[in-house]
Amino acid sequence: MLYLDNSATTKPDPAVLESYIKVTEQYYGNPSSLHGMGETAAQLVEMARKSAASYLNGSGKVIFTSGGTESNNLAIKGFAQSLRSRGNHLITTNIEHPSVLEVFRHLEKEGFAVTYLPVDEKGVISIDQLRSALKKETILVSIMHVNNEIGSVQPIGEAGSVIKNQSRAIFHVDAVQSFGKLPIDPDKAGIDALTLSAHKFHGLKGTGLIYLNTDQQLVSQMLGGSQEFGLRSGTVHTAGTVAMAKAMRLATEQLEKHRKHLIEGRDLLRAFFETREEAEVLSAEDQAPHILAVSVPLLKGEVVVHALEKKGVYLSTSSACSSRMTKQSHVLKALGLSDDVIKGAFRISLSHDVSLNDLEKFKKIWEEVIPPLLEGVKRNER
Amino acid sequence: MNAERILIRYGEISTKGKNRNRFISQLEKNIKNTLSDLKPVRFDSGRDRMHIELLDASETEVVISRLKPVFGIQSFSPVVKATKDLDDVKQKAVELVNSVRDKGDLFKVKARRADKKYPLDTNELNLEIGSHVLRNVDGLTVEMKKPDIELVVEVREEAVYLSAETIQGAGGMPIGTGNKASLMLSGGLDSPVAGYQMMKRGVEIEAIHFFSPPFTSDKAKEKVKELTAILSGFSGSIKLHIVPFTKIQQTIHQQVPENYTMTSTRRMMLRIADEIRKKTGSRAIITGESLGQVASQTLESMEAINAVSSTPILRPLIAADKTEIIDIAKEIGTYETSILPYEDCCTIFTPAAPKTKPKLEKVEFYESFVDFEVLIKEAVEQTESEKLTVGYRAQEQKFEELF
Repeated sequence: MLYLDNSATTKPDPAVLESYIKVTEQYYGNPSSLHGMGETAAQLVEMARKSAASYLNGSGKVIFTSGGTESNNLAIKGFAQSLRSRGNHLITTNIEHPSVLEVFRHLEKEGFAVTYLPVDEKGVISIDQLRSALKKETILVSIMHVNNEIGSVQPIGEAGSVIKNQSRAIFHVDAVQSFGKLPIDPDKAGIDALTLSAHKFHGLKGTGLIYLNTDQQLVSQMLGGSQEFGLRSGTVHTAGTVAMAKAMRLATEQLEKHRKHLIEGRDLLRAFFETREEAEVLSAEDQAPHILAVSVPLLKGEVVVHALEKKGVYLSTSSACSSRMTKQSHVLKALGLSDDVIKGAFRISLSHDVSLNDLEKFKKIWEEVIPPLLEGVKRNER
Repeated sequence: MNAERILIRYGEISTKGKNRNRFISQLEKNIKNTLSDLKPVRFDSGRDRMHIELLDASETEVVISRLKPVFGIQSFSPVVKATKDLDDVKQKAVELVNSVRDKGDLFKVKARRADKKYPLDTNELNLEIGSHVLRNVDGLTVEMKKPDIELVVEVREEAVYLSAETIQGAGGMPIGTGNKASLMLSGGLDSPVAGYQMMKRGVEIEAIHFFSPPFTSDKAKEKVKELTAILSGFSGSIKLHIVPFTKIQQTIHQQVPENYTMTSTRRMMLRIADEIRKKTGSRAIITGESLGQVASQTLESMEAINAVSSTPILRPLIAADKTEIIDIAKEIGTYETSILPYEDCCTIFTPAAPKTKPKLEKVEFYESFVDFEVLIKEAVEQTESEKLTVGYRAQEQKFEELF
């Protein structure tokens, strides 16, 4: 089996799983309970909080959530609602993940004005356009670090300094795809709120966090027992927080080593597809180390996915979330690609545990499986 | 920059006449204690200052951080050793000045010559070394009166010693020179600060805490252990005595009218503390009382409470304002722990309207119906003692593998 869908989710690290099981079995008390068992659980959560914050290089505050979608919802709605008296203008990009984009669409219905920054052919926004979009009324800017479909890397450091210099807006960054692959320093990049999801870096599903690097209050989106400083009610997932902190440690400690390895693999695949007449590489060069979007314009992306699956190779059409929907990828559309290219698109996403040898095998499988499919198509076209 | 030696100035000890040697050897002992896990050091102690010679110059940074909280040190300076060759002295001088370059631009050389046979005299040394440094370090200006960087060059028989930085020490007296006292440690803001103040005057402390389960939680006990551990950073280790106090507190509440329970509780605590003091050989009891802060801290209350013991009771905070106490607590690192919101035995049984002017005869009369002596003896016997050091984080250590 060759798993090449690591932007959809990753295999949990055994060490992370071990911590998760141990905490679940031994420290199952509710962290909000007064007794010793509760206290022990609370102590673990606080250690996880401190530890998680330390891997983000800053003095900010960690709020544990159920994952990237919840974190994005909380950050964007939470700040938009709390800052509404200051202005009603918001900025984001048109290649965000749906858990950002849909929230902005919803806020538009509630009366906010939203500027969607376009991207160039590499999938990157322009700082000049951001600068001219910033207004006195702008209260929130949300920009993803690494795009999940094509791997384009946004200049968040520059964006942060423009935002901080020109406005009082809160800067939110969805770093779900970049953590563990690219270094992130929220302090340096002027980031006020950052979204992470553990299962994208060998942690577990259902665990995520939002890192708050500002004193600005935000409105809770989940009401109840006021856990997590009143920002996220619901019994705190003790084992989840510990496991996430551990996954963050492992990802951070090995970042440089993993990054080099991922880049090697990605470039090997890029070189391969560039020799293949039927394929077209969509990701620009020198973007995220682990994502390569490719298209076979003569085939549908899902045909490629299923054909390779028969040989035990797992990858996605543009993104796992949207691949079950029939509508076209908004990210690929934003790049200005033709319909055929968009229809034929698929995404390979690597992990540090995929070896170069595995990728050589992938090349063989491709050569064996894909060309015969094209024969039929070409004949039909003639 | 790595240093071969550290020069330590005593400050107050040097005024201590005949006892000076005792103070100095206690300071040596305390320094040795705090550096015990590092490479051994050699002491060369004089009347006003002491040199410690580091066998491993790469440990300079950690030695500096360990010396900062040691009481009895006024200030200290890392010292670099050069050979008597003038070129070597010059080179070391430039390196040293560069390492403290961020202190400012105003610069001065102060040479001293213990070895009178050295070919250059003091003035020539100042000139040679000063002009060499000025040529090789950018942006310096000579300033004789208030320099930012003062390069001290000392020529001795065996070598030349250079230093350019004076680091403030903790001041006070070496712990242990002032004998030993028992600190009543509640877990609030005041008592750790009181303990610190007495340690600063050279007093070694043992802590006593009153624990009333289930009215006070394990969290409260844990908090006191942590506070003790923080304080032990100044002395190496502190013994904590935890007194089971529930039975006495309940008896008081059954026997004594409500507005006198607080007075009576304090009296019992003091009696127990006094017994433990005797057992451990302490000479005094330390409390964090500050005049007028709460009902038990009026002069009338103190009179009624203090009547149970003739032992000296040291109240270093008696005239301190709460804000001053908070400032010190922040400085010594006990603030964050002290403000954790766990009930202690003082807060949990507090009556709605305690007497601010209790009468001694009355409280003695109320107490006379019960034989507290027996209860006190029992509490002292059941007291648990534990030695805490700065590394106390037992639970967290156990959890660390999970992360």
